[in-house]
Amino acid sequence: MTTQKNTLFTRQEWIGFVVLAGIILLLLPAALDNFRLNLFGKYLTYAFVAIGLALCWGAGGILSLGQGVFFGLGGYCMAMFLKLEASTPENTSIQSTPGIPDFMDWNQLTELPAWWQPFYSLTFTLIAVVLVPVIFALIIGVAMFRRRVGGVYFAIITQAFAAILTILIIGQQGYTGGVNGITDLRTLKGWDIRTDEAKEILYYVNGVLLLVVLFIAHVVRKSKLGRVLIAMRDQEDRVRFSGYDVASFKIFIFCLGAAFAGIGGAMFTLQVGFMSPTLVGIVPSIEMVIFCAVGGRLSIQGAVYGALLVNWAKTSFSESFPELWLFGLGGLFIAVVMLFPNGLAGIWSEKVMPQINALWNKRPTNAQAGPSKKGAVS
Amino acid sequence: MTSHERFLLTVEGLTVSFDGFKAVNDLNFYVEPNECRVIIGPNGAGKTTVLDLICGRTRATDGSVKFKNNELLKMREDQIVHAGVGRKFQTPSVYEDLSVFENLEISYPKGYSVFGALSFRRNEDVKARIQDIAETIFLEDLLDEKAAFLSHGQKQWLEIGMLLIQDPELLMLDEPVAGMSVAERKKTAELLNRIIKDRSVIVIEHDMGFVEDIATRVNVLHQGKMLSEGSMAHVKADPKVIEVYLGH
Repeated sequence: MTTQKNTLFTRQEWIGFVVLAGIILLLLPAALDNFRLNLFGKYLTYAFVAIGLALCWGAGGILSLGQGVFFGLGGYCMAMFLKLEASTPENTSIQSTPGIPDFMDWNQLTELPAWWQPFYSLTFTLIAVVLVPVIFALIIGVAMFRRRVGGVYFAIITQAFAAILTILIIGQQGYTGGVNGITDLRTLKGWDIRTDEAKEILYYVNGVLLLVVLFIAHVVRKSKLGRVLIAMRDQEDRVRFSGYDVASFKIFIFCLGAAFAGIGGAMFTLQVGFMSPTLVGIVPSIEMVIFCAVGGRLSIQGAVYGALLVNWAKTSFSESFPELWLFGLGGLFIAVVMLFPNGLAGIWSEKVMPQINALWNKRPTNAQAGPSKKGAVS
Repeated sequence: MTSHERFLLTVEGLTVSFDGFKAVNDLNFYVEPNECRVIIGPNGAGKTTVLDLICGRTRATDGSVKFKNNELLKMREDQIVHAGVGRKFQTPSVYEDLSVFENLEISYPKGYSVFGALSFRRNEDVKARIQDIAETIFLEDLLDEKAAFLSHGQKQWLEIGMLLIQDPELLMLDEPVAGMSVAERKKTAELLNRIIKDRSVIVIEHDMGFVEDIATRVNVLHQGKMLSEGSMAHVKADPKVIEVYLGH
């Protein structure tokens, strides 16, 4: 009775986790030069968002087209801290007001706004990286899910939030750096983040954090909460009339997805060295949904592969055919939806795994190894 | 003892109006503990709407629904469930992507909050209870099966099981034998006869043979109003009922 033994990891899931950890922490660093590794580090920051989407959308059926908002909020929190550290009075002595970020000076600000002040503290910043997106998600979640706004309407509203935040950031140039974003970030507590060595270390920090997030997502997915999410996706009314307050479950998973996205955004800022509104708006938000869809929205591990693969393809294609890339991306999305609705993970568990199992069971020594596991995606 | 305390469920002046159309109009009825109440009536009489109003799916325009002297109309759906009212829908509503075991587990009355669900553990009590219910609903051999692969009748049983595991004091069933084969129907009648013993039940049903079998009292609804109420024999003899529903 496989389903009744509720182990945290089945053997197959365990292998999947180890393989992914091996790819991220061993294979990629060994196979890639520093520049490419940093690029893959950037791709992996999107994987944080994709994992959150696999929970919200894949499991819970809540499609958010505004995850860029949370990615951006996390990233901006980190960027504000780094910018303040880079804007010492010595570094900015040529400005009319030394000691404030350069873009503020260009916009005739003469002192640091009060809401920037707490970002001098690294502790505050690290908390804010998670908490700011979560609070924002909480407000959206309570407003929408308590009123039973769902489905397409919710997707459109989240998309509107992505647009609003982009416009706000661009419009408030003096406070946010405007369309350029927050650039010229240098050090983290005196440690230069622009060197090759620092980038490699940040890659590993990012990789380990991603595995931690993956583990948390897996625990949530395997708990009864994970099953309630799936139940909600199929029969929301039945869940409600089984005694659950559906809205609070939706709010929780939406906030968790936002927290993951915030961490991803902060790691993006650290590795890439800037944060700008182009990473917040509608287009990146939709791209993030595509990463998740290509990986297989039901699978949290698939989300990581989806983020890696699509971004790698994006970089390769857009280097050679910059105009064609967007068509390629659109085509990819259509292909996935029409041909492989469960994405890479679906291809793996429906096509590849049965083959492997068949081969495995043919070998006489393993004939009594037990019944073949069902192709459960984790 | 006032008359109200005798009743498990008190429905008084219940009215719901959809843009002026009164789907349920000034309805009064009282359900006693351990009684099996059947609601019959022609299509569009408002039978399902009455159940929707009691369980909070539709908000009433006016009136009062008291369950053990608590006003249900002010409660949220999940609070009504916690008060002890269970509802089965007309079309089988089960979680197709989950196994039969998991379907029943979600309905197990523990871990309703977000963090309760996160920390919920599948212990021996839970397993034993699920096994027990699965035997009652004839699905003990299909616990690991995905609900999507069950037959229509089996899905209906599973949903009944999901309600039973919560042990509600008042169970509301909307056409539980509709769309079933003769064999399934017979088994369901047997199942219902067994589970209505220790609780009050409100059933909507069209199958008269089945109604006669299980009903303590029968309500006949017509155009949102109570046409007749009483024992099956009384209702069957009522000329108004014959006119609009049972036919001559």
